Amino acid sequence: MTEHTHRQFDNEMEAIRSGVLTMGGLVETQMARAIMLVEAEDDRGIAEEVAADEQTINQMQVDMDLACSQIIAKRQPTAIDLRMILTVTKIVNDLERVGDEAKKIAKKAGQGAQHSRLAQVQSYEVARAAGRAKDMLQLALDAFARLDVNAAAEVIDLDDEIDSAFSAILRQLISYMMEDPRTISPALEIVFIAKSIERIGDHAKNIAEAVVQVVRGIDVRHATAEQIRAEVSEQ
Amino acid sequence: MNESQQLVARPQVTAAALPPSAPKMTIRNLDFFYGKFQGLKNINLTVAERRVTAFIGPSGCGKSTLLRTFNRMYSLYPGQRATGEILFNGRNMLESRVDLNMLRAKIGMVFQKPTPFPMSIYDNVAFGVRLYESLGQRDMDERVEWALTKAAMWEEAKDKLKQSGMALSGGQQQRLCIARAVAVKPEVLLLDEPTSALDPISTAKIEELITELKSDYTIAIVTHNMQQAARVSDFTAYMYLGELIEFGETDQIFLKPKRKETEDYITGRFG
Repeated sequence: MTEHTHRQFDNEMEAIRSGVLTMGGLVETQMARAIMLVEAEDDRGIAEEVAADEQTINQMQVDMDLACSQIIAKRQPTAIDLRMILTVTKIVNDLERVGDEAKKIAKKAGQGAQHSRLAQVQSYEVARAAGRAKDMLQLALDAFARLDVNAAAEVIDLDDEIDSAFSAILRQLISYMMEDPRTISPALEIVFIAKSIERIGDHAKNIAEAVVQVVRGIDVRHATAEQIRAEVSEQ
Repeated sequence: MNESQQLVARPQVTAAALPPSAPKMTIRNLDFFYGKFQGLKNINLTVAERRVTAFIGPSGCGKSTLLRTFNRMYSLYPGQRATGEILFNGRNMLESRVDLNMLRAKIGMVFQKPTPFPMSIYDNVAFGVRLYESLGQRDMDERVEWALTKAAMWEEAKDKLKQSGMALSGGQQQRLCIARAVAVKPEVLLLDEPTSALDPISTAKIEELITELKSDYTIAIVTHNMQQAARVSDFTAYMYLGELIEFGETDQIFLKPKRKETEDYITGRFG
């Protein structure tokens, strides 16, 4: 993209753009830690780190929103700049929510939901779904960094995979619960974890949709994956 | 409209949501020359009736030149000529037989710097009317009040109609000039940077006025202030080096212009 005549405007835009990527990186790390808790033995240290990350992420959300408001107030952005700023505020919001979900996963996993025999049986499936959600988030952030609508469309496609993984986990847990009521309590914990993973997939999808909005100027939030793919392949 | 078009939301266009508008002026294959220099190159566009059409672009892009062809202001200067067509009420205004006085009564103009005549506020407004119509004192009083009211000046001016127009503030002088242009009941108003010499409050008043005037008049405005174009216009034309680069609904141009040149200009990435 050509530079603005006001160089300072470029610097401000670059600051919010790289802010999203920094925040995204932090959220990814936080997720990776939460996944470790799902997969492995209990580790109090990791759970605390995840909680600390969350504080930093919350502060970044507030700072980024302020930076966006200041650019709007001072520069009266239009067209691509306006779309970028609005998108950054949306993405920041989604990233903060991913942070919340990661914290919930870490809390549930750390609280001993993993000690049950049931959790050990399920941990592979759950961690795999969490890994896919993390991949999705990473791809969505890549799509944002490169303003790549094809990568964004790929993220949107992947969301179906996470959704079906969630349904599969739920189905299995329901079978366990029907067979043995003593599994209800640990199964519910796992349901919460799986639900958080599913939500992270949704947030990654939101980010990808926002990327399409920046690049193409069209709102695809309520379109189907097929429609989005068709839109993206145009031009 | 099929389902996929509904679900993929494109920028909504308010200009299209207004009642339909007929073309007021149709410009076809317009070229303009300052001597040997070509100031406008093959301009084609339609100015919609009772809408505001804004012309934006960097200095020297031809936007003021284009505005000046609409009422043949350029004919005042030797060596300037236009070819092509400007259809206004079905007739090509570039034909040599066109009565320029009548043309300028139909297509009024307001300039960048307020240009009140050195006479009273009343006479400033009545001046143009006297050229085209012979009204009795009472009718003239009514016309002056009507024009000053249209220009949002009546309240400020009604107690000092005999005072010199030159004694007003810049913003008031500009609204007086708009009243003078409106007084002859033109069909089209051409505004060439009408607020560039004004403070923000006067600017806001004039912008408000433009929005009100468009229910009766077709307005074409040249402005360096892109946000002003975004605020007041229904259609925007981006010009560069004598060419019309993009012309479309203002809401679309400022959210997602079709041409990269337009996007670079309106986002401040120019040169």
